[in-house]
Amino acid sequence: MISFELTEEQRMIADTVEAFARDEIRPAARAADEQGLVPAELVGKIWELGLVRGVLPEQFGGDGGQRSSVTGAVAGEALAYGDLAIALHALAPRLAAFPILEMGTDEQRARYLPGFAQAAFRAGSAALMEPRWDFDVLGVAARAARDGAGYVLNGEKCYVPLANESDFLLVYACSEPAAGAVDAFLVPRVCPGMTVGEREKNMGLKALATYGVTFKDCALAAEARLGGERGINFRRLMSQAKVALAAMAVGVSRAALEYARDYARERRAFGVPIGTKQAIAFMLAEMALEVDASRLLVWDAACRLDKGQDAFKESCQAKSYTAAAALKIADNAVQILGGHGYIREHPVEMWLRNARGFATLEGIATV
Amino acid sequence: MIDFEIDPELQRRLDTYRMVAQQIMRPISREYDENEHARPTEFYEAMWAGSRQGGLQVGAERGGGKSTGRTLFTILAAEELSWGDVGLFLQIPNPGLGGAAVMAAGTPQQKERFLKRFAEGRPKWAAMAITEPGCGSDSAAITTTARRDGDHWVINGTKIFCTSGKMAAELSEGFVVVWATVDKSAGRAGIKPFVVEHHTPGMTVVRVEDKMGIRVSDTAALVFEDCRVPLDNLLGSPEVKPEGGFKDVMATFDATRPIVAAMAIGVGRAALDFVRDFLKQRNIEVRYGLCPQRLSAIERDFMEMEVQLKAARLLAWRAAWLLDNGQRNNLEASMAKAKAGLVVTQITQKAVELLGPLGYSRAYLLEKWMRDAKINDIFEGTQQINLLIIARRILGYSSKELN
Ligand SMILES: Cc1cc2nc3c(=O)[nH]c(=O)nc-3n(C[C@H](O)[C@H](O)[C@H](O)COP(=O)(O)OP(=O)(O)OC[C@H]3O[C@@H](n4cnc5c(N)ncnc54)[C@H](O)[C@@H]3O)c2cc1C
Repeated sequence: MISFELTEEQRMIADTVEAFARDEIRPAARAADEQGLVPAELVGKIWELGLVRGVLPEQFGGDGGQRSSVTGAVAGEALAYGDLAIALHALAPRLAAFPILEMGTDEQRARYLPGFAQAAFRAGSAALMEPRWDFDVLGVAARAARDGAGYVLNGEKCYVPLANESDFLLVYACSEPAAGAVDAFLVPRVCPGMTVGEREKNMGLKALATYGVTFKDCALAAEARLGGERGINFRRLMSQAKVALAAMAVGVSRAALEYARDYARERRAFGVPIGTKQAIAFMLAEMALEVDASRLLVWDAACRLDKGQDAFKESCQAKSYTAAAALKIADNAVQILGGHGYIREHPVEMWLRNARGFATLEGIATV
Repeated sequence: MIDFEIDPELQRRLDTYRMVAQQIMRPISREYDENEHARPTEFYEAMWAGSRQGGLQVGAERGGGKSTGRTLFTILAAEELSWGDVGLFLQIPNPGLGGAAVMAAGTPQQKERFLKRFAEGRPKWAAMAITEPGCGSDSAAITTTARRDGDHWVINGTKIFCTSGKMAAELSEGFVVVWATVDKSAGRAGIKPFVVEHHTPGMTVVRVEDKMGIRVSDTAALVFEDCRVPLDNLLGSPEVKPEGGFKDVMATFDATRPIVAAMAIGVGRAALDFVRDFLKQRNIEVRYGLCPQRLSAIERDFMEMEVQLKAARLLAWRAAWLLDNGQRNNLEASMAKAKAGLVVTQITQKAVELLGPLGYSRAYLLEKWMRDAKINDIFEGTQQINLLIIARRILGYSSKELN
């Protein structure tokens, strides 16, 4: 039945995470961007919100909460409302933990999940993107060729968050390129043939440590393949990843909208607040309705995922729409602040740089 | 729990509307576009018979608490029927905007008195007249007056662009809700809605407009000359208090804007379906999940149209759902209307472009949908007026501060 109401639990999570984002994350965001560093203490506090550990089963040391894409989207939006780079860093362990939770074999779950159920933050990551101008999730070129009982991995990855701090990486590669099937492989951080490169330097998300990673004839055991012989549902994993990024785009959009709105009420020109001028007011009105439209598209894809339905098209829609909206909204916010928006004293220029990432980035968050 | 899936039971009810759209509306769509002022009487009869077994209705019961889902159902049905033909949809005999005004402003007795006719007898229409030659968007500036004279109100003034005005005033036993001021000096507080019954002496339809689109819908100009209506035909309270009557105008729009959004979406979907089928026949596939660099321009255009339409639809559903659940939806109704009016205007224009010479030709309905779509960006508050409402709400400004 059609309903636009979050559950009480989801509302509670939204409120808690948003309050935390406002009080703790936002104030730390600029320094993190300038220094290229997310403070470990802050990461620890976010970890305590239980956004990763909370949904791991009790048998692995988690809290046994119900995992839901809608809930994940709500939390992701709220965290990114604080700061996108910090949110991506804090939630990166999901990139490994959640696919293992949902699609791993019993042995893989028992082996890897307890590490993410600890009281302290445990870095985790996945390697999906590849350094090509026309990369997309349907064009994964890394190759895991069968070799006896195991696999040999070759390929080049980029934008791998926290690659240097993670004990292992979940690496996406084609095992049967003819069929176009993509699999995921659990690759230990130290593995002959694997090289983690220099930390990447990007336009935005400066606080998030991302790396290029290359694999050259990297030998993997059969057990490294996620899900064993059954493999994974790549479409579903990519849908979840798209929903996660889309939800975060809504968070950034909302941050920009609210900042610009408050500024427009304060800032005066020609004797009146600029918000009383239609050129500014209409921009804000469009931003507001686009934030809402964006969120509804995210929820549409997310609740399909929660029902176990295929949501690939819906997640693609949500991601491309929210990415474009976030860019436009952040750009408008800079415009509404005028010259002041261009100065790094205000966060809007950072949000514009960060927002540009949404259209390009894939697979660096999940719900 | 968040859920945007139409359940099978609801879908079954909607399928009837889809059938009407496909089998009754589409076949006569072009005919009544070309013969502008002809009246599809068989269609009226068919829809009247149908609406009495279920009907299109607006708004939750006041204080009903639990969701009735009525507005949501109405907008879903409105999308289906507007997919068939939005002009014909507007022309369906039903309480329409006049009924919405009665629902929003009337007392329980008035609702009963004015609306029960829609459950009996011959096809009827009800219309609402706010717009005047001198003012549209600025509805607080209306000059039509209502003066009390004994146990009657006496109405004087000119109204234009009144949808179904001719049907309501002269061609059925319907009524027109006329907004008039009882006290010019009181500004918007003095503006009140009056039910003027069909064939009331002093009310004359002086013109039916010729239009770019929705040609089958009658758009009437009405003149009121010492038009007398009983005191109890003033909807709600006659007392002049700040925001009093004007609040009811706004409440009416809260209920009707989601419907206009849904009408737009129906037209947009018609165009999108047309393009989808067209591409399919030519084996042009639309592929999801690829980066824009690897997509064709047509794929990008199509996907953009599709997702924009979906965004508008979700906003409209939300505005209706809020109303059904007894929550305030003023902001959300304007968001839905602004978005739907704009994107559907763009979608239909893009669709015509994509089909090249075929799109521009009257051999297909696509060009008609482009003409029809545009009205949704104009009536029930233009694009700009809805943006104003949104902006005021989010900035916390009064209409004095931001106008
Ligand atoms: C087919 C049709 C059916 C209609 N049906 C009905 C009906 O049933 N009942 C009824 O009462 N009316 C009806 N209308 C009238 C309709 O609601 C008005 O046309 C509409 O509200 C705009 O008013 P206007 O035409 O006077 O334009 P104006 O108010 O003159 O506006 C002209 C332009 O100025 C812009 N504008 C106006 N004020 C502002 C502002 N403050 N800030 C920024 N921009 C502004 C508008 O957006 C518009 O672009 C109908 C109109 C049509 C065409």
